[in-house]
Amino acid sequence: MKKYTFTEKKDTRSGFGAGMHELGQKNPNVVALCADLVGSLKLEPFIKENPERFVQCGISEANMISVSAGLTIGGKIPFATTFANFATGRVYDQIRQSVAYSGKNVKICASHAGLTLGEDGATHQILEDIGMMKMLPGMTVINPCDYNQTKAATIAIADYEGPVYLRFGRPVIPIFTAADQVFEIGKAWMVSEGTDVSIFATGHMVWEAIQAGEQLEAEGISAEIINIHTIKPLDEEAILKSIAKTRCAVSAEEHNRIGGLGDSIAQVIVKNDLVPQEYVAVNDSFGESGTPAQLMEKYGLTAADIVAAAKRAIAKKK
Amino acid sequence: MEIEQLEKVAAQVRRDIVRMVHGCQSGHPGGSLGCTDLLVALYFERMKLNEKDGKVVFEMDGAGEDLFFLSNGHISPLLYSVLARRGYFPVPELATFRKLNSRLQGHPTPHEHLEGIRIASGSLGQGMSVAIGAALAKKLNNDTSLVYVLMGDGEQQEGQVWEAATFAPHHKVDNLIAVVDLNGQQIDGPTAKVMDNRDLGAKYAAFGWEVMEVEEGNDMASVVKALYEAKSKAGHAKPIMIILHTGMGYGVDFMMGSHKWHGVAPNDEQLAAALAQLEESMGDY
Repeated sequence: MKKYTFTEKKDTRSGFGAGMHELGQKNPNVVALCADLVGSLKLEPFIKENPERFVQCGISEANMISVSAGLTIGGKIPFATTFANFATGRVYDQIRQSVAYSGKNVKICASHAGLTLGEDGATHQILEDIGMMKMLPGMTVINPCDYNQTKAATIAIADYEGPVYLRFGRPVIPIFTAADQVFEIGKAWMVSEGTDVSIFATGHMVWEAIQAGEQLEAEGISAEIINIHTIKPLDEEAILKSIAKTRCAVSAEEHNRIGGLGDSIAQVIVKNDLVPQEYVAVNDSFGESGTPAQLMEKYGLTAADIVAAAKRAIAKKK
Repeated sequence: MEIEQLEKVAAQVRRDIVRMVHGCQSGHPGGSLGCTDLLVALYFERMKLNEKDGKVVFEMDGAGEDLFFLSNGHISPLLYSVLARRGYFPVPELATFRKLNSRLQGHPTPHEHLEGIRIASGSLGQGMSVAIGAALAKKLNNDTSLVYVLMGDGEQQEGQVWEAATFAPHHKVDNLIAVVDLNGQQIDGPTAKVMDNRDLGAKYAAFGWEVMEVEEGNDMASVVKALYEAKSKAGHAKPIMIILHTGMGYGVDFMMGSHKWHGVAPNDEQLAAALAQLEESMGDY
């Protein structure tokens, strides 16, 4: 298995802030909007250098999404930012009508996704956002795995014409991807090749999958680990190529098992090449208060959970 | 355009509205008829529109021209008729309204690439926010043209309207002219009974808007005069709100002043009775 090490840990939202800082210098059409969470979204460097291209919306997320849609009409590239819960569920109809159906070039950038924002509890821990966003026709859904990849994805989506949902988070996690990477929307990233089981992970679950791969290797099991940073459009070719070799799959995501990455992969499997699949995801429940590490363990999102799922999938192989 | 000519256009647009709604036996004639004078005044007199060789040209970005957004998208028959009569797309296409494979969807959308439409509307409360965004983009682009938006009075019950109402004065969006169609009616009955908006002008004034009350929203001369006055108020650090008093169903006697014709199509007999009251000034499609 390919070795991954890290020297530093950071939150992915800081990768977003760094990407915005760079975009502010590179692309004069980029406009940032925020609903009273500038510090949480790490927007200060962008605002400091481009005060005229920052729009403070106050605690009015619905208005922020529709204002963003209007900004695109004049050729601007709005990045609408807030917590994932308020960026999706709260404003679903605004995204649906003013952004997706209207085909507007709005980038919805959501921090604090999933359980791992921690202590705030279930009101803020959305586990349904990937499902809601991927169901919208024309919406691109991206969930990068670490600081560097989030920064690269932030820069990449500015050059892509069309609505995008970019999901990132609060927990401080290892930086294991290259600082100079080029982010390709819709192109899965081969983390490590293997032959016994395919592990398709998204977001910071990719790091958990790498830990799981090492544990499996110690037990003589060869795991192929693929980072699905773009959930829609899904890289079906990469998935099919991998399962053709391994003949079983595990999906890993910090999301409800209903409607997330696992279901997208299951569709590919059912339509094309029937192999066993195991889910590592939240089992159709809300979250609760706790530290990120405690929550990952209680809700079954650790490397150990991926190892167990991989063994179950392998056991089901015909 | 002279007032008399604008009134002739308005009569033809009203004919189009009742014929379109009759043609598919669905749609919303009441609000469409009530706002006809406003939209004709905007598109045929007041708005600065990009033209080439004497014909309007449509580009999504609308650079250098005034923009109009319809927030209460259900009065689409009015918008479609005005856009077609102004030259954005062929008038005969009005016959496809609400039919399968048409660009003239029940509620407006840019999804089918209909010239003149920049945003989808129908789910209420979003249009003023969109117009604010377009107005901010104009400011960032140093484009001094204006942005207009029309909302319904029933629509004022949506919470998002008041998010936008708070935002626009705070950010000094003074290139925005908003209009509320105050016809006092909504689907379930008179607005005062369903959910009383109380004094909308006072509300907007309290939020920091420059407010104009226009009592004669179906008198073309009054509407044109109000739009000129509104433009003179632009650029003075405040967004502008016109509370436009109209009659639902205006121009067709048996449709006037009642919520009954909010979303009901006339039958053959009613269509004939309506058309007898409206001059065919530009030729039916």
